[in-house]
Amino acid sequence: MVVFEKPKSLTDKEFHYCPGCPHGIIHRLVAEAIDTLGIEGIAIGVAPVGCAVMAYDYFKCDMVEAAHGRAPAMATGIKRSLPENIVFTYQGDGDLASIGMAETVHAATRNENITVIFVNNAIYGMTGGQMAPTSLPGQVTQTSPYGRDVKTAGYPIKVAELLSSLDGPAYIARVAVNNVKHVLEAKKAIQKAFENQIQGKGFSLVEVVSACPTNWGMTPQKALEWVEEKMIPYYPLGVYKDKKAEKEAE
Amino acid sequence: MGNKVLMKGNEAIAEAAIRAGCRHYFGYPITPQTEVAAYMAKRMPKIGGTFLQAESEIAAINMVYGVAGTGRRVMTSSSSPGVSLKQEGISYIAGSDLPCLIVDVQRGGPGLGGIQPSQSDYFQATKGGGHGDYHLIVLAPASVQEMADLTGLAFDLADKYRVPAMLLADGTIGQMMEPVELAEAQEVTFTEKPWAVTGTKGKREHHVVNSLYLVPEELEKKNFERYERYAAIAKNETRWESFMMEDAEYCVVAFGIASRVSKNAVVAARKEGIKVGLIRPITLWPFPKQVLADAVEQVKGFLCVELSMGQMIEDVKLATGGKREVALCNRTGGMIMSPEEVLESIRKLAGGDK
Amino acid sequence: MTTQILIAGFGGQGILFVGKFLANKGLLEGRQLSWLPSYGPEMRGGTANCSVVLSDDPVGSPIVHKPDVLIAMNLPSLDKYESAVVPGGTILVDSTLIERKVTRTDVKVFYVPATRLAQQNGLGNLGNMIMMGKTIRECALVSREGIEDAVRTVVSAKHPELYDVNLKALQLGYEFV
Repeated sequence: MVVFEKPKSLTDKEFHYCPGCPHGIIHRLVAEAIDTLGIEGIAIGVAPVGCAVMAYDYFKCDMVEAAHGRAPAMATGIKRSLPENIVFTYQGDGDLASIGMAETVHAATRNENITVIFVNNAIYGMTGGQMAPTSLPGQVTQTSPYGRDVKTAGYPIKVAELLSSLDGPAYIARVAVNNVKHVLEAKKAIQKAFENQIQGKGFSLVEVVSACPTNWGMTPQKALEWVEEKMIPYYPLGVYKDKKAEKEAE
Repeated sequence: MGNKVLMKGNEAIAEAAIRAGCRHYFGYPITPQTEVAAYMAKRMPKIGGTFLQAESEIAAINMVYGVAGTGRRVMTSSSSPGVSLKQEGISYIAGSDLPCLIVDVQRGGPGLGGIQPSQSDYFQATKGGGHGDYHLIVLAPASVQEMADLTGLAFDLADKYRVPAMLLADGTIGQMMEPVELAEAQEVTFTEKPWAVTGTKGKREHHVVNSLYLVPEELEKKNFERYERYAAIAKNETRWESFMMEDAEYCVVAFGIASRVSKNAVVAARKEGIKVGLIRPITLWPFPKQVLADAVEQVKGFLCVELSMGQMIEDVKLATGGKREVALCNRTGGMIMSPEEVLESIRKLAGGDK
Repeated sequence: MTTQILIAGFGGQGILFVGKFLANKGLLEGRQLSWLPSYGPEMRGGTANCSVVLSDDPVGSPIVHKPDVLIAMNLPSLDKYESAVVPGGTILVDSTLIERKVTRTDVKVFYVPATRLAQQNGLGNLGNMIMMGKTIRECALVSREGIEDAVRTVVSAKHPELYDVNLKALQLGYEFV
């Protein structure tokens, strides 16, 4: 009896992620959604610049590698060219909420029929732990060595809240992957974000509150606790926008 | 005479692109090329194409990158400051070996510059523009007819060699109207490209559109391969026009609008008995080096006429190997020389040697 | 033969339109030609000008530095371009809007109160086409024959009612002595 196997839409390539990094879990959740919906053959993924830069090696579907922050623009081009295909981006916080904020907001407001997986771990991982647009107030990073000072560095950007203020997007949710319950909820939200695209509903973004044990300077276990104690209170989980649900409620 | 219509240069680009089978246009408003976007906004929805006014030039070029990855014909257009913004995306598209068309209807620079015509993006267009080892195929139209013809050619060459192509025009040719005969509309065929991302359908290994190579040996190999293609382009696709060169003792070198002004001056100089001709590069990259090198044996001197501080002149000097004087007649910042100014420079070059 | 025409006035006087008419007439006659507008912010309410080159050979520069024919529709235009006209060339002046006379003696000059004529004949601001009618008669840039077809080409399909008034304005100018 098989009790555990890799999703079909992941390649056999070994992940390069650090021990304890939740990217592996989130990749898996995306792949499971692709498998469940049977869309591997029509899916096209857009990899970001950041820790997930080599995501194109891990997903078995066709993949492209975007410039830093431009994944939603590139996905827009692909989806406009191939409307019958399923197009998703996989982006980190620096990519999506800093250098690519304009592309994110405008793809959302156009309600581009794409799926965006946004991994928020409050730090730039790939470049070695600099302050991110989502780093918490007081958070110590390489470029905020005395803690993020909101007087000079401003406040973290709450992407789910920000985007849900727009009329455009179809679905905005925030989930986490720090325990089994949250992982199961995250799986549902990610699947819904793909289903929405299949049904033509439009821009669906799932913000995944994640962790970076390496650059946070914590053990993986401690990092997950920090997610629960610090991250989630600042970034409350839940569905921020669901056009269909809103319509039904009306 | 065939079926000629009066069109603005910018409109001719748009119509020619549609006729060449382009169904995806992404742009951002900037003078003096906005007519391209306006034309596309009108036409694309009627023919099942995409017109999208992007949030920025950066977004527009990355949308182009996305469509190019799917193997469809796609373009963007802008003017100098906007084309600077696009350079990141252009470098990625070149690095991913994808075809597309970028139109630069140049205006004066640097910085925000002005909105009047210029040719001062020559370096940016022909030497790469963005980061890394790459070239664009750069075509320089000198008439509204060529705005149309070279647009079609740019798509064909980009597809053939899997390189991005640029149409390097200027505000004058973009804004002027001339009679133009348009090519027959091509049928839009979506033949699956062996490299495009279109979905594996579960029938093949996944395709990856990518410019990232972390192993330096691989990246070096990629760049060498790309330059072999560039060598083939230089061998097969270099284009120029020779005007009154048969018996010329002096040679004017100019492209685009500057070549139009120069033609008047060449004709006027001939009336004064100065044997002068004109070589007009149509491809700025690849640059018609050989024809200039050959002209060294024939002429006593060269005159570059440019709307810049002198950019193409560097390529002319390289091509002619320092064996002849290469003079410069230039205006910049949106100013255009008059035929008389060019004539005066020709006289000076000829030095009373009639 | 090559003729260089410069039409200049205020934005809103239909400077580019009348240039388009001339270009289309040239096209219908199978001439080589170019039409080049001034562009940019000055189009909106400031000065506007339009270069048209008509030729039997391929047109070289589309920029008219030294016009054979200058149509001046306001004083700043006459002030700016009078000296540029080639000796033996022609200047047409809208004498409703330009009170001064042309000072050059080596050019032909025609004064047409085009703006007033347009108003008196219920032709709104079609002084531009009245000037063009006069230009066609005096400069023989294009033939009188077939002006109807050229008007039809330039008048927007959305405003067919403009055909008659434009044609009337051209004729008025052509017949003005």
